[in-house]
Amino acid sequence: MWSLSSITDIVQTWLGSTFNPTIALLLQFVMAGLLVITLFAVLGLVLVFMERKVSAYMQVRIGPNRVGPRGYLQTAADTLKLLMKEGLVPAGADKFLFNLAPYVVMISAMLLMAPIAFAKDFQMWDLNIGVLYVSSVSSIAVIGILMAGWSSNNKYSLLGAMRSGAQIVSYELSAGLSIISIVILVGSLKISDIIASQQDGWWIFKGHIPAIIAFVIFLIAVTAETNRAPFDLAEAESELTAGFHTEYSGMRFALFFLAEYANIFIVCAIGATLFLGGWMPFHIGNLQAFNHIMDYIPSSIWFFGKTFFLIFVIMWFRWTFPRLRIDQLLNLEWKYLLPISMFNVLLVTIMAIMKWHF
Amino acid sequence: MTNEELKAKLTGINSALTFEEGGQWLNVNVEPKDWLPFAKELRENPELNFDYMFCLTCVDWKTHLGMVYHLNSKNLKHIIVVKSKLDRNNPEIETISHIWRTAEFHEREVYDLFGVTFLHHPDLRRLLLTDEWVGWPLRKDYEDPVNMIKL
Amino acid sequence: MFEEVATTEQGDLVINVGPQHPSTHGVLHLIITLRGETIMKIEPHLGYIHRSIEKMCEGLTYRQFVYVTSKMDYLSSHINNHGCVLCVEKGLQLEVTPRAQVIRVLMDELTRIASHCLWWGALGMDVGALTPFFHAFREREMINVIMEETCGTRLTMNYMVPGGVMADLHSNFQKRVKQFIKDFKPKLIEYDDLLTNNSIFIERMKGVGILSKDDAVSYGCTGPTARGSGVSCDIRKWYPYEIYDKLNFEEVLETEGDSYSRYMVRVREFRQSLSILEQLIDNIPEGDFQTKTKAVLKLPKGEFYSKVETARGEFGVYIVAEGATNPYRIKFRSPGFSNLSALDHIARGQKIADMIAIMGSLDFVIPDIDR
Repeated sequence: MWSLSSITDIVQTWLGSTFNPTIALLLQFVMAGLLVITLFAVLGLVLVFMERKVSAYMQVRIGPNRVGPRGYLQTAADTLKLLMKEGLVPAGADKFLFNLAPYVVMISAMLLMAPIAFAKDFQMWDLNIGVLYVSSVSSIAVIGILMAGWSSNNKYSLLGAMRSGAQIVSYELSAGLSIISIVILVGSLKISDIIASQQDGWWIFKGHIPAIIAFVIFLIAVTAETNRAPFDLAEAESELTAGFHTEYSGMRFALFFLAEYANIFIVCAIGATLFLGGWMPFHIGNLQAFNHIMDYIPSSIWFFGKTFFLIFVIMWFRWTFPRLRIDQLLNLEWKYLLPISMFNVLLVTIMAIMKWHF
Repeated sequence: MTNEELKAKLTGINSALTFEEGGQWLNVNVEPKDWLPFAKELRENPELNFDYMFCLTCVDWKTHLGMVYHLNSKNLKHIIVVKSKLDRNNPEIETISHIWRTAEFHEREVYDLFGVTFLHHPDLRRLLLTDEWVGWPLRKDYEDPVNMIKL
Repeated sequence: MFEEVATTEQGDLVINVGPQHPSTHGVLHLIITLRGETIMKIEPHLGYIHRSIEKMCEGLTYRQFVYVTSKMDYLSSHINNHGCVLCVEKGLQLEVTPRAQVIRVLMDELTRIASHCLWWGALGMDVGALTPFFHAFREREMINVIMEETCGTRLTMNYMVPGGVMADLHSNFQKRVKQFIKDFKPKLIEYDDLLTNNSIFIERMKGVGILSKDDAVSYGCTGPTARGSGVSCDIRKWYPYEIYDKLNFEEVLETEGDSYSRYMVRVREFRQSLSILEQLIDNIPEGDFQTKTKAVLKLPKGEFYSKVETARGEFGVYIVAEGATNPYRIKFRSPGFSNLSALDHIARGQKIADMIAIMGSLDFVIPDIDR
């Protein structure tokens, strides 16, 4: 069966036989880096276009349809426009932090790509604390947002950044707890182990109701963590004009924009990995015939299909719900989501000990 | 209440009032110095109970400025128009913004466009025009060669 | 390195909302004192679109000045024009033909629906939901098409003239309005699904920005703003003009006085306006659409005041006439101006996000405030 792993094997053996080990390793780093950057650019283009089309569909309009065939090149044209624009720095801004902030946000998003399994045996770094790594590195982004808000010397930016800080720090708890409930069931933090444990069924089906609760909480929490509506208080277009990136223009703004979509992709990929089996095809217990048919679909399609489904759900949220107020947002987390997810972790633990799951 | 009854009632409050009829509603002329106690009475007297001021404006009569207050009672459903003549060179009248809160903005507007000083107004500044504007645009003798368009 | 940030003595943050801001819906400038996210004080600065229409009207004849008033509350320009022509007709003691009266009322109610549509969409946008905006504009477009056919324009119609209306109805008018009524009814249910019954939306609007009944009267609030506080103030009921006294509709009242009741008043008014349209669309009397008037109108010496109910509240026109062809003094009592004066009182102590929702529920049109 054709798979991405064979390509990576061929590349690796070729590199190993042609160069000495150090250079081969270096070349592998360069290739991985280039791939991530390319993936970022492509993801940005695809997701922005998808968002526009999804929103257009929900808002009874057509959406971009002029640039390129059926408007596919619209986002490319927009990126070009943003590249050509002058990147203004406000006179009162802290120039160093102001310029650094978009890169911090961007780099934290890029780092998160490392442990994600895009297909069978196609993973950059299968480290043994994969999930922990993801939840810790994703918190770096908020520093970038706070930097941007603080250094802009703009009151709207400051308000937006402070909101974002409060929001991300709070929702990280729920996201973390819902991740932990799957970790408890699997017994490992390693991404490949988590995927392998879902060979006979995804956790959302195997884990009974607690897994579904964890999944719902995870979706809400990551929507908040990525500053997406209805939790887009950091941006809050109608209140704070553009929140923390009010003063950004040109490519620096584009980096924030791109990072937002990259983050959505990553959290959805993590969600798909934890709850929907990552690249693992849809298997039902011992139905061998059915499982074989499912195996014929390439693993990368399974992974991207699930991820894009979750992305669609998050976009659906954005174009349906009004925005919450800051106190309601924090109430939702501290008074509802956190107690529920704590109780849920307890349930999952009992379930794991008693081996009630499938 | 009919106009006649209103007239009798109002004369009881202040005998110096003069009335004009024939208009849409009963017009009452009041001296600027009598205005504040009269307004209080209009608002608080349960038989008059003018709780709603729907219009406050000023007219430049070239010889004097005339303040015009349109008052309405929500539950008794009667309307009167109170008018007061002000000196054109030094127009001053007591504010009634604490009696009818809507007057605060309307008085600022009248100050802005006619230059009427409302005594004891909490925040008497120009409202529509810039703070450094010179002149009172809605007065008849106002000339602005740049901004004014005449047909 | 940093410039000093403007704060008050207590260390409160002072921010400018506007004159260019996505949710002031125009060039309104508010200086807001914030403590954290809580509003301590709002100070409106007006005049960014002040054109002194009152002064302008003093130089225009009674036929001309009506057209300028379309540019005040551009979302209900028909009703503005209506107020002005009513005042002129009052001065001239002109009788308007039954056909013209019905046409005027039809146009007023269509305008009201269009204006409420735009408000509904913009309010959704203010609280962070972008989708309602497009849905509302789809319906508003249908009304614009109707207006375009009969009046020739889509926004500032200038259709009403002293003595009637400028031209007869387009032959498609009845057909299109009937189609609109048919199409709009299911859309109202959709509107309810999208915003009215949305739990986040209810959470954002209920109990926020409370305006008591007494304050509403004292601040001179009118229209849906005051009716949300339980103040009965519909000019169509209180001082009926044209044929409103013969029509069967109810004045929508809510008692809570919060943003949600102001919202509910307008949403329920959709249905009232629709019912007025339904009553009239098949009963447009035949006859002239305009009374014969002199070429040059001269109002007798005197003072004339007329009020109409626009989509935002009571619109008053006060004409002081000196017997000439143009008014001596005109005062427009715009509903937005008085409603705005209550904003500081309503929004104090609320969060900044609430202020946006409150402003949305008050439905400001800035040229209407600045004139």
